[in-house]
Amino acid sequence: MPDLTPITPLGGSSLRTDTIGAISIAEADDWALASVAARAGQLEDTLTRARKLTGLDLPGPGGLVAGGDWRAWWMAPEAWMLATPLSASEDIVAAVKPALGDAASITEQTDAWARFDITAPVGFLERLCNVDPARVTPGTATRTVMEHMGVVVLRHGDQAFSVLGVRSSAGSLHHALLTAARAVA
Amino acid sequence: MSGYRLQGGQIDRTRTLPFRFDGRSHSGHPGDTLASALLANGVRLMGRSFKYHRPRGVLTAGSEEPNALVTLRSGARAEPNTRATVAELFDGLEATSQNRWPSLAFDAMGVNDWLAPFLSAGFYYKTFMWPAAFWERVYEPIIRRAAGLGALSGQDDPDDYDKGFLHCDLLVIGAGPAGLSAALTAGRAGARVILADEDFRMGGRLNAESFALGEMRGAEWAAQAVAELASLDNVRLMPRTTVIGAFDHGVYGAVERVADHLPIPPEGKPRQILWRITTARTLLCAGATERPVAFADNDRPGIMLAGAMRAYANRWAVAPGKRVALFVNNDDGLRTAQDLAAQGVRVSAIIDSRPYAPDPGIPGARHLPGALVIGSAGRLGLDTITVRTAQGREFRIDADALGVSGGWNPNVHLTCHQRGRPVWDDALAAFVPGADLPGGMAVAGAAAGVFSTHGALQSGHAAAARALEDLGRSAPAPTLPQAEDTPIDLRPLWHVPGKGRAWLDFQNDVTVKDIKLAHQENFRSVEHMKRYTTLGMATDQGKTSNLPALAIMAELTGKTIAETGTTIFRPPYTPVSLGVLAGRARGKDFKPTRLTPTHHWAKARGAVFVEAGLWLRAQYFPRPGETHWRETVDREVLAVRAAVGLCDVTTLGKIDIQGRDAAEFVNRVYANGFAKLAVGRVRYGLMLREDGFLMDDGTTARLAEDHFVMTTTTANAGPVYRHLEFARQCLWPGLDVQLISTTDAWAQIAVAGPRSRTLLQRVVDPGHDISNAAFPFMACAEITICGGLRARLFRISFSGELAYEIAVPARYGHALMERLMEKGADLGVTPYGTEALGVLRIEKGHATANELNGQTTARDLGMGRMVSDKKDSIGAVLSRREGMNREDGLHLVGLRALNTGSRLAAGSHLLERGADAVAANDLGWVTSACWSPHLEAPIALAFLKSGAARMGETVRAVNLLSGQDTAVEIVSPHFIDPEGERLRA
Repeated sequence: MPDLTPITPLGGSSLRTDTIGAISIAEADDWALASVAARAGQLEDTLTRARKLTGLDLPGPGGLVAGGDWRAWWMAPEAWMLATPLSASEDIVAAVKPALGDAASITEQTDAWARFDITAPVGFLERLCNVDPARVTPGTATRTVMEHMGVVVLRHGDQAFSVLGVRSSAGSLHHALLTAARAVA
Repeated sequence: MSGYRLQGGQIDRTRTLPFRFDGRSHSGHPGDTLASALLANGVRLMGRSFKYHRPRGVLTAGSEEPNALVTLRSGARAEPNTRATVAELFDGLEATSQNRWPSLAFDAMGVNDWLAPFLSAGFYYKTFMWPAAFWERVYEPIIRRAAGLGALSGQDDPDDYDKGFLHCDLLVIGAGPAGLSAALTAGRAGARVILADEDFRMGGRLNAESFALGEMRGAEWAAQAVAELASLDNVRLMPRTTVIGAFDHGVYGAVERVADHLPIPPEGKPRQILWRITTARTLLCAGATERPVAFADNDRPGIMLAGAMRAYANRWAVAPGKRVALFVNNDDGLRTAQDLAAQGVRVSAIIDSRPYAPDPGIPGARHLPGALVIGSAGRLGLDTITVRTAQGREFRIDADALGVSGGWNPNVHLTCHQRGRPVWDDALAAFVPGADLPGGMAVAGAAAGVFSTHGALQSGHAAAARALEDLGRSAPAPTLPQAEDTPIDLRPLWHVPGKGRAWLDFQNDVTVKDIKLAHQENFRSVEHMKRYTTLGMATDQGKTSNLPALAIMAELTGKTIAETGTTIFRPPYTPVSLGVLAGRARGKDFKPTRLTPTHHWAKARGAVFVEAGLWLRAQYFPRPGETHWRETVDREVLAVRAAVGLCDVTTLGKIDIQGRDAAEFVNRVYANGFAKLAVGRVRYGLMLREDGFLMDDGTTARLAEDHFVMTTTTANAGPVYRHLEFARQCLWPGLDVQLISTTDAWAQIAVAGPRSRTLLQRVVDPGHDISNAAFPFMACAEITICGGLRARLFRISFSGELAYEIAVPARYGHALMERLMEKGADLGVTPYGTEALGVLRIEKGHATANELNGQTTARDLGMGRMVSDKKDSIGAVLSRREGMNREDGLHLVGLRALNTGSRLAAGSHLLERGADAVAANDLGWVTSACWSPHLEAPIALAFLKSGAARMGETVRAVNLLSGQDTAVEIVSPHFIDPEGERLRA
């Protein structure tokens, strides 16, 4: 273990949670992330190997799947994000690359993103991004924009979401989420 | 009847709301608008007109109001040009009249009215021609002071505004009988419906008329329909919401006034929300606007539209006057007289321009078929009207209120937002929506020219049923109540001929005479007429004036109205505050901010930050006792040259490039060769645009046969990534390459200076040899540090010193910086910011965005030979164009001030000694300049014509803005270590 102490996306030594009315917004940093992009002509092999590693079928556009220690969501044509607990796989590339071999290109993305786990009615999203609540059902991953910031919105359950944005803008994203929560709460 | 308040109405009499108008206290009730409350308090005079400062009262009861514009609230919340007819009354409301001095009743600028013969249409264009120097300095301020409406407070708006996004199957615009009927049909069928209405009470004209729907009053039926809709989960009711525009692909803009009816918005809540509504189908049920008839002095307070009179009497229980007359060309006179009489208001006369008009038999009311109103009188308000009968007899009638109706215009505005043209309907004497509607839109009810209540209910249902069918749903059977179905009986009457000024556009003070003048001066097309007279160009977009004016133009030109045509409408439907367009994007929230992984560390050390795109970067780190930024920067620069410095360089773009063809891909996007770059090595790359000019530069490391990490300049991280994606997806889809940004994933710190290796050796884990022999200049490796943390080490140098960049997962950047500071204390480790970074690279002659400004080439930078002719790459061919390879082309050179006390500024232009400072003598320009603490002289980088051949010569750097004229010696741009011995040490 390195003898350095990490900081959270918002720059603190501990994670921050805000509760506004029925809405809760929790900074989260417990996922290791890796992008998986199938190499040319290797789509089937990538799907097979990913299934063997994670037990999941990598989803189609807009899809989010979860099971065991793994989550996977669609990011781009033939490209996905894999998430697994950071505590178990600090070096996620080391865990994924042997399984995927040369079928896919794997890139560490753990610290590229800031994540906020949100408990809120789906209407909360109305003030933030142009998504249709009827289509962003549980089990979807949506790439969209909030206040000029590119984000991924994962809907895990009825009132359970994660919003991921670039880590360097964690403060601005957090501010946007809090402002919207205060406006609708 | 005591006062003006009647019985009934849709106001809550159990509560009284005090309010003030021009400092005087009044009271009203919940449900009132400011206009209805003022009328109830006997206030008719509400404003002064734009140009002639004529006294004006309320003309309408809705958002089309041209006259009753007031400033609502005070202080920073003061909002000018608010229509009193839609301002919802609240406790303590404060309103002031506009465009008058010293008071509304006595307005000194009313002198303009006497000068009216000189102030006709085109007056400005003809009068203020000469001298041209007076246009902006003299004439414009005078005109702006004399003409106009309200004034802004000049203070920051203290309230918040939101933006939001909604999605539905059917958007119904307008909640009158057609809209309610449509929403019921679609809502009961289970479709996702949004019903938006600009009013705070849904129901439209049902609230303003006395008709029965089945067994109920119209307003009761509307309330019941709204209650049913509110109970449906799939229906969203949006009162106080104006749909302002129809945009592409079924997107509509709407402004919801969330808190305008409250004294101040609740904490954290927005005042208004700008919604972007995406819908599959849209039904426009926006109703119709009544139009006036122009006659002499028809703008006197007390003269209003007949339909507005009914609205005030029925909905707000307000009598428009004590002796009311009506002047109409359709059955509205009859309706209004009946409604007023039923409420106990005395109706003195019904002047109906139709000779055949039937007598409604209102007791005490004179019925004058075939007659016309030809004038009005009264100071600050109506006292009498002058009537001319069918037989030509003229006489006065006492009336303190006159209701006028010239018929109704369907509200076609939103049908025009994508260039749709309304078509003339002779039977209705009105323009109705044309066939070319915005995609997915249909129109029902009065907006479609279906004016009866039954017609509105029926057409709303039918249009909703068609929309449901399009969406694959079936409509429930209609349950329409019995309602009036009176046919239109109207005889067109646009203006009453005669002397005196007859007003068309009340808000912009345009009269019938102005239209005649436009015709006389050959501004005859409707577009020309509009611009010449300013008709319809006020905030009301001519809702009450456009048609009468173009009907008069049609008369003058001898054409039909259909031939004359109409102007069309643009968004927004009604005025929108700039605040709601800006939303939350104000002040520091205008754009997101990006912070480096060591931001909080730098902030704690007192760093001064500078914006670099969205990023905040540490510019310099002042120490106690340092009094000038230059003092700090000089110290930081010298520390790097003599010991070791640390700088967060995370902001440089990092692009992860993988795939079997990654090497080929990199080789094609860079102008210099990359195919043979060995694993574990880094190379400086020049990237060209397709046109051969420089796009970006940076270093790219090869971590594995099939894995590269490219760095870009901070500013170009996004554009380069986009460029690579374009090349990957469009230019060479056959290559096996995958790209992803890792800019944010890794914290990257430059460790620069002769002691950098020593410092790094203290944190690198045993087993990784970073000696000069094992890890030479331009080496890279994946290593571990601090007891097992993954890191990437690059031996690259921007400063010209022995230097490295070390990258760790971003969350550890802060801790690594602290550790390096701690471990390097005895080595003199010094954090440095972008200012010192800039000085270091200028001293070394390294280019940045100042030199790569989009107008320069590799050759200009002295790197022409890096553009390989042994391979093809983006931009290589066009970089060989003759014009880009001229002998006398620009060369990057160094400049050194001859007098070390002089100043050199970027942006200065280079001139020969003795040459005049004019563009013809321009030799080039200074791109970057600084004080070099190493050379103890002002130095600069510059592009100079034939610069390479002029070493040692002297030219002048001239900056006319700051008055600098500095003699400089032309030198090599590499001020420091031109042989590169330091960085290989």
